[in-house]
Amino acid sequence: MRSRTPLALAVPAVLGLAFLVLPLAGLLIRTPWSTLPQRLTEPGMLAALRLSLLTATLATLVCLALGVPLAWLLARSGLPGRRLFRALVTVPLVLPPVVGGVALLLVFGRRGLVGEWLDATFGVSLPFSTAGVVVAEAFVAMPFLVIAVEGALRGADARYEEAAATLGAGRWTVFRRVTLPLIGPGVAAGAVLCWARALGEFGATITFAGNFPGRTQTMPLAVYLALEQDLDAAIVLSMVLLVVSVAILAVLRDRWLGAG
Amino acid sequence: MSLDARLVVRRPDFTLDVSLAAAPGEVVALLGPNGAGKTTALRALAGLVALDDGHVELDGRRLDRVPPEHRRIGVVFQDYLLFPHLSAVDNVAFGLRCRGVPRARAREQAREWLRRMALEDQSGKRPRQLSGGQAQRVALARALATEPRLLLLDEPLAALDARTRLETRAHLGAHLRDHHGATVLVTHDPLDAMMLADRLVVVEDGRVVQTGDAAAITGRPRTDYVARLVGLNLYRGTADGHTVRVAGDFALTTASAQHGAVFVAFPPSAVALYAERPAGSPRNTWPAEIAAVARQGDRLRIELTGPIPAAADVTPAAAVDLGLATGRRVWATVKATEATSYPAGTDVG
Repeated sequence: MRSRTPLALAVPAVLGLAFLVLPLAGLLIRTPWSTLPQRLTEPGMLAALRLSLLTATLATLVCLALGVPLAWLLARSGLPGRRLFRALVTVPLVLPPVVGGVALLLVFGRRGLVGEWLDATFGVSLPFSTAGVVVAEAFVAMPFLVIAVEGALRGADARYEEAAATLGAGRWTVFRRVTLPLIGPGVAAGAVLCWARALGEFGATITFAGNFPGRTQTMPLAVYLALEQDLDAAIVLSMVLLVVSVAILAVLRDRWLGAG
Repeated sequence: MSLDARLVVRRPDFTLDVSLAAAPGEVVALLGPNGAGKTTALRALAGLVALDDGHVELDGRRLDRVPPEHRRIGVVFQDYLLFPHLSAVDNVAFGLRCRGVPRARAREQAREWLRRMALEDQSGKRPRQLSGGQAQRVALARALATEPRLLLLDEPLAALDARTRLETRAHLGAHLRDHHGATVLVTHDPLDAMMLADRLVVVEDGRVVQTGDAAAITGRPRTDYVARLVGLNLYRGTADGHTVRVAGDFALTTASAQHGAVFVAFPPSAVALYAERPAGSPRNTWPAEIAAVARQGDRLRIELTGPIPAAADVTPAAAVDLGLATGRRVWATVKATEATSYPAGTDVG
């Protein structure tokens, strides 16, 4: 027998649901469906979409390459001060992205701590470039991946790693052939979260990489810009972002995240 | 391929201090109750737990500071720990691959091992598709495939149901006889230990309390735990000829003459119960009270309190005859010829 839901819970719950769903419904209702095909194929639109997908994917790859080993360090090694490092890793999660962008400028800017050296040694300048977009997105999105992978590592049975060691596997082999396959779903989930966060990144990107069409103007930046000139264009851009996000989430949810 | 080890592991509430030796081809069972430190001892041998003191020597080579991946010690874990993302054949090939055997040859050798385990048609299956008995054999094949110098088995049969257990035990015994290296087996089941091992090492509270072959352990238990395991009544006392004083002032008469500190043991089946004091009574007769009655096979196991605690086995018919029930007062007797005594000295093997 199902118990009756108390009114004190039901009312706010329904309000909460409406609060989350209504804006999306509003977006669907206001979408200019008749001119949609034409607007979707505008060159500026396609350029922004392509740039967004490219930078979000590259940022996710950067996060995977650096974040999975970092998560392993936090979860498995006897590193002293692990709690402090874990706290530091989560700072970008709560930091306003604009502040992140300013901080990135101070370090990777042309006169920044690392930026000056990069410029002098390799002639590389990150700010206001596509690479800068990737850096900004990776900075903001990496904590999502690290936290997800660290959680997966903590949940994984470390005794499988011991079994592998008794069979002659060194630590790297254990990680590659046992740990990584065991935490595969967790890594995938983290990567999806990370990618979605990178795709929506706005504050750090516009601060660190600017807003140059074709080079650093990603979809969220294009939406913001369009909002001031052409509301319908902003709605169409938002629709595309919404569809892409939901589609990726739906596909990966079935394939990687399992049921429930 | 002989093992010589003294394993000392200190924990805040527990200290393990166990000496172990095993000759090539010998199977040694570490037998003890849960929490005795058996598994810790096994993990220390494998290098998964660091020693606080002592040593591990295999074929004259010190291994204390060698990491597990370089010890060449095969382990069959209690719940097998087969890698869930690999097929049975790849699980078995894992150790070979780690030791540099090319993929195709490692697979081929792994298939050969599975064939020996009568599992060739399961080679493509994932561990979760295997039955408990099959998983146990895959785990054994995985450990043996690397040709370890020492094989460790942690409760190899504990996860199996009674029927599978019987088959798997026979199968495991055959493979252990073929293994040329030493084997250390951890179990809390005396039957597993006696069927599979050449020598038993009984561990309680992190210490060795008795070692010997199955006959020595079953015939002459030295602790209450071992006595319970092998189903004997056991008392510690002081002997003067055929009379042994146990539990303060109670005297038991035994078949063999001893002097000094001794153990006295007799099986529950040697205890006879009477409603009235038997006339022309045997030497060992005492009044007792029934504390508990439990079914044990086709007999009833009666737990007695009195001057000495004892267990007695009677037939259900006799129990009905005597009207045995908890709280009933009876007379218990044991013939002197059924009670054996042996020196209690401090030696443990």
